Amino acid sequence: MSIAAAPSPVTASAQHATDPLLEARGISKRFGPLLAVDQADLALRPGVHALLGENGAGKSTLVKILYGYEQADAGEILLDGRSVQVRSPADARRLGIGLVFQQFTLIPALTVAENIALFLPDLPPVLDQQKIGRRIRELSERYGLAVDPARRVGTLSLPEQQRVEILRVLLAGARVLIFDEPTSTLPAQEVDALFDVFRRLRDDGYPILFITHKLPEVFALADTVTVMRRGAVVDTVAIAEVNEEQLVQMMFGETPATVHRGEVHPAGTTVLSLAGATCLGEGRPLVDLDLTIAAGEIVGVAGVAGNGQRELADAIVGVSRIKQGRRLLLGADASRWSVRRLRDAGVAYVPERALAEELIWNMTLEENVILGSPGRYSHLGGLTVDRRTLKEDFSGRMAALGLELPDASRRAGTLSGGNAQRFAVARELARDPKLLVALYPTRGLDVPTAAAVQELLLAARERGCGVLLVSQDLAELTTLSDRLLVMRDARIVADLNPRTADPYEIGALMTGGEA
Amino acid sequence: MSAIAAAVGFDGLGSWFDHHRRLTTALRWLGWATAGVLVYAVLILLYGKSPLHAFHEIWAHTLSSKFGLQDVAVRMTPLLFAALAVTIPARIGQVNVGGEGQIFAGGAGAAWVALTFTSWPAWLLLPAMAVGGMLGGGVWAGIAGFLKARGWLSEVFSTVLMNYIAILGVSALVFGPWRDPTSSNYPQSRELVPAARLPHVGASRVDITIFIALGLIVGFDWLLRRTRWGLEIRAIGGNPYAALRNGVPVSRYILAAMVIGGALAGLAGMGQLSALQFRLNPGLSASFGYMGFLISWLAGHNPRLIVPMTFLLAVLASSGDILQISQGLPSAIVTVLSATLMMIVLLARAGRRPA
Repeated sequence: MSIAAAPSPVTASAQHATDPLLEARGISKRFGPLLAVDQADLALRPGVHALLGENGAGKSTLVKILYGYEQADAGEILLDGRSVQVRSPADARRLGIGLVFQQFTLIPALTVAENIALFLPDLPPVLDQQKIGRRIRELSERYGLAVDPARRVGTLSLPEQQRVEILRVLLAGARVLIFDEPTSTLPAQEVDALFDVFRRLRDDGYPILFITHKLPEVFALADTVTVMRRGAVVDTVAIAEVNEEQLVQMMFGETPATVHRGEVHPAGTTVLSLAGATCLGEGRPLVDLDLTIAAGEIVGVAGVAGNGQRELADAIVGVSRIKQGRRLLLGADASRWSVRRLRDAGVAYVPERALAEELIWNMTLEENVILGSPGRYSHLGGLTVDRRTLKEDFSGRMAALGLELPDASRRAGTLSGGNAQRFAVARELARDPKLLVALYPTRGLDVPTAAAVQELLLAARERGCGVLLVSQDLAELTTLSDRLLVMRDARIVADLNPRTADPYEIGALMTGGEA
Repeated sequence: MSAIAAAVGFDGLGSWFDHHRRLTTALRWLGWATAGVLVYAVLILLYGKSPLHAFHEIWAHTLSSKFGLQDVAVRMTPLLFAALAVTIPARIGQVNVGGEGQIFAGGAGAAWVALTFTSWPAWLLLPAMAVGGMLGGGVWAGIAGFLKARGWLSEVFSTVLMNYIAILGVSALVFGPWRDPTSSNYPQSRELVPAARLPHVGASRVDITIFIALGLIVGFDWLLRRTRWGLEIRAIGGNPYAALRNGVPVSRYILAAMVIGGALAGLAGMGQLSALQFRLNPGLSASFGYMGFLISWLAGHNPRLIVPMTFLLAVLASSGDILQISQGLPSAIVTVLSATLMMIVLLARAGRRPA
């Protein structure tokens, strides 16, 4: 397909056709002992089709098979009713199957136009930049995907980068559009804008498949929904025929418990404060930052990813140095303390993906517990390990948090992402921390696991631990937090009451736009 | 994918490997050994010689004779130190390519002590030389470690570049200020006093530092498995980002591992000087630093595999000399073989790693 050719949207009459454009029949895929996809059927007709399911339900694997990243063990893929082989993403693109990734795959150093050109089939040896630019602008206007073709991708915001991803899939001639959790990195306004794009694409007759585990999105947008659970397709239904409760039951088999938050505590003593703190660690600098966290309080931090949240966590847990100003822990000047000293004084940390950022995957769970506070489990200054305390902590204190803990001699890398996250939180809470810094602790977790982690954060608060909760999930922040801060450009731009704050106002503060 | 890989891929693969680990390991070693022997045979064939005859010669002159075994042990001594000098930093993800330079720096340090305090008795002079050697190698590697810990310069580049400085620096010393005026032709230092010479085992050419090296390897293995520091080292090796957030002082470990590694390489230099050569000269090390690098990687930085791997390479090196003398084959044939083996092993490992 040449650059000049129209991206062949399906004609409006196709909407009434009953034959699906893309169809998967009886797809199965096994990874070792786990049947990731179990005889799944999926049919895509023009319109918006949601693929719903908790983490590990097999959504991503099914989509990867459609896009040629994985090969199915059994089953077939049909395009226009004909059986096709999709052995690689290149095959998929040639067939007109386009995938917009959850994590973007653009090259920051190149311009928007260059990134898109790179993706096109049959790229001529000499690039006609003007022609590409013209095509980009045409499509931008048609679908509301505003972006300047001449800008370098590295200077674009996340929503803008997502638009570039969509544009290049369209320009490469996709007839079917697949989105892998497209809203996971977007603030509220941008989600609305993206849904507007979806509607315009639907009006042009594109079949759109989007993966999600958020029910409101399904009801806001989808025409039909396919629910997956443990690798199998539970059902495919028209959205008009189901309600929220039914979908939840289809996803989980039963209705999961919701998180209940206790009464607001009167603010206790200050656990941590940053006073005019300036940090020049990795990432963006934090300048002249003020923050206090009291005992028994959850301070939520909202913000578009990359606006200094990670750096704030690093500044508190001691990974980056305080160049100016002060860091006070329980009244003591801890500005120059090392990570270890801060941890020993009661600072705990839970990252987004514990397996990648906090646990050592090739060490056992037991060893991971020791690593978190080696002083506590050392005999003879470190020559040997105090097995008894370790066992007591593991089967006593950690088990008391109400978790089913796996065998202590298992390697951390053998845990699923959700179990690793639970273990990481339990490991930190067992140390009776005074301050817990949680950085996106529930991102990407399925609903029951996320609820379990949230319960643990609330349990920490009940015990009088101060909690800093950085999250992208506004519902989580407004449910759990006692105070809600908003970060933008590495600054704290607002301190709100989470009970009364309006999500659109928060969104405006996050992006710097008007509500 | 990552969630699935964590939940399934590692689990399935991991437990399979756990169950069959002994078997797969044994098969892998057998495969490598066979590949090595075959490559060796082909190389010998290319020179029009009989591989069988050559292998018999090697057997007769290394493993089945007392002198041959001694020769292997003598070659192993510096290699054990040099391999540890690579392994210790490697366990926290540092690539020390500077073993060769650290051997020279250590040799220079030990030589300075020996040439300065000539009147000291052996019980004082030898430990002092060891300290001098460790300081020389340790400081040399410590510079690279400091630059890395500060985040200024990769240790890969700094250690390679500092090899040249150390080797040429020793040359400059023995051509200049330390040159023995009585040996007009050779650039070398004065001969060490008898008190500065390491005792040997019985009447053999094997000196006592081989036991120190073996003891250090056992000790490091124990440290890795049993102690808090070993745990922290393995944590950094597993995931430095996570280790830092667990409170492990990563930069301090980087510096310490490089200094200790360099100090051990320095001991190899001291040993060469004090047990075999008795004079500092530009031929202090016959690429022991580079061979130590090779050994550590072949052993997968596992201290328990250092000794068998060193033995293997020492036999190989020995066989190169034997083939040169008895068959007229170039001894470089061993270098070709070592490089081939290294690539085979690294490729085999890359193939096993989950994507």
